[in-house]
Amino acid sequence: MIRPHGGRLIDRHAKGEMREAMLAKANELPKIQVNERELADIEMIGCGAMSPLEGFMNRDDYLGVLNNMHLASGPVWTLPITLSVKPGDDRQYKTGDQIALVDQGAILAVMDVEDVYKVDHLTEAQKVYLTDDPAHPSVAFLQSLTDTYLGGPITVLNKVQHPDFNEFRLEPKETRVLFKAKGWNSIVAFQTRNPIHRAHEYLQKCALEQVDALLIHPLMGATKKGDIPGDVRMACYKALIDGYYAKERVAISIFPAAMRYAGPREAIFHALVRKNYGCTHFIVGRDHAGVGTYYGTYDAQYIFDNFTREEIDITPMMFEHSFFCNACGNMASIKTCPHGKEERVFLSGTKVREMLAAGQRPPVEFTRPEVADILMKFYQSEEA
Amino acid sequence: MDKVTIKIPRQLYEKIQLLVEDSGFSSPTEFITYVLRDLVGEQLKEKQAEKGAGDLTNDEIAAIKQRLRNLGYL
Repeated sequence: MIRPHGGRLIDRHAKGEMREAMLAKANELPKIQVNERELADIEMIGCGAMSPLEGFMNRDDYLGVLNNMHLASGPVWTLPITLSVKPGDDRQYKTGDQIALVDQGAILAVMDVEDVYKVDHLTEAQKVYLTDDPAHPSVAFLQSLTDTYLGGPITVLNKVQHPDFNEFRLEPKETRVLFKAKGWNSIVAFQTRNPIHRAHEYLQKCALEQVDALLIHPLMGATKKGDIPGDVRMACYKALIDGYYAKERVAISIFPAAMRYAGPREAIFHALVRKNYGCTHFIVGRDHAGVGTYYGTYDAQYIFDNFTREEIDITPMMFEHSFFCNACGNMASIKTCPHGKEERVFLSGTKVREMLAAGQRPPVEFTRPEVADILMKFYQSEEA
Repeated sequence: MDKVTIKIPRQLYEKIQLLVEDSGFSSPTEFITYVLRDLVGEQLKEKQAEKGAGDLTNDEIAAIKQRLRNLGYL
């Protein structure tokens, strides 16, 4: 089975008496209420999804990631995973402090502060998101933070609780056991934060032709306003798997990360983290983790050229823009279809939303009817 | 460094001699040591990775399998 990133699957959950003792002490510690992104990061660090990270980044790792896309200790890492002091908190944190990380009053974890450092959000935005435009969701997010970050290992005392999809929440150690029990040696992961239309189904099945199994791994952490809610997406995924996938070759599980919309850098992050879940391959389509027009269509594929195969270890499977071609009579991509645009079934996101809101199914060549019906119901509801 | 002698077929040795010429290796011994070190490293890495889910005990693996069964994954 593929090795976790950095060589070892991290587990930062306290157990037994140690947990009890730490919980008792945590009540007396200074508390930091974490934001939605930090909450997802605590969950990911705790269960080893972010191996080799054992906590929030100190300054050396932060700068290594910003400037060289590597941790100070060597492994590739492309996104800063940081904890900020919250606005209005005027405590003078210092190295050696212990703090409790809380969510709505509930203690989640204890952090041993190893570093307190100032950052420049403008630089972070330009390096990671390749823009300082406040219209970018993560640039806006950075602007809501203070410029003081705390770094150090965390110990999770209480797992993050979720109101939904608990039957689909598998930690890396669980997906690894699952893959082994199923006898799957090669597994391709598909990251998604949208319903799966025919084009993405095509990529998944092309990839599946070359490996043992497919893990559909929808991101369910924080996303931007306007993205389709998780319950609607899950209904779409289930309908698709029930109707069109070979069940003995596919699994679906929740990916609890928060979305950064960092395009190319996030594509590397998504790949490395899937390695921790035991996946050997990772699908990178067009404009992976993109938003607006901040990144080139295939930048998320080109970025892999900056690293050696050994550094990344998981195998990226790159795909071109795909579509149904009326002349070919099947799904194809610009790599395999010789026909012109007039033969290709392509609908913009705006057009699809308009059709669905009007109760009109997009063509079956674009989306499966079962998926279209679920989305129509959503777009015609008040929730949309 | 303490060393041992390993016997290999002469024909193979002669092929290695050909490879070693102009290769930067000073002798077949140096070449073979390099190749074996690389191979052994890879094998050890694979063996370590065979553990798969890290340092889980048999009880932990059994508990995970039970959860996976309860959820319908297995």
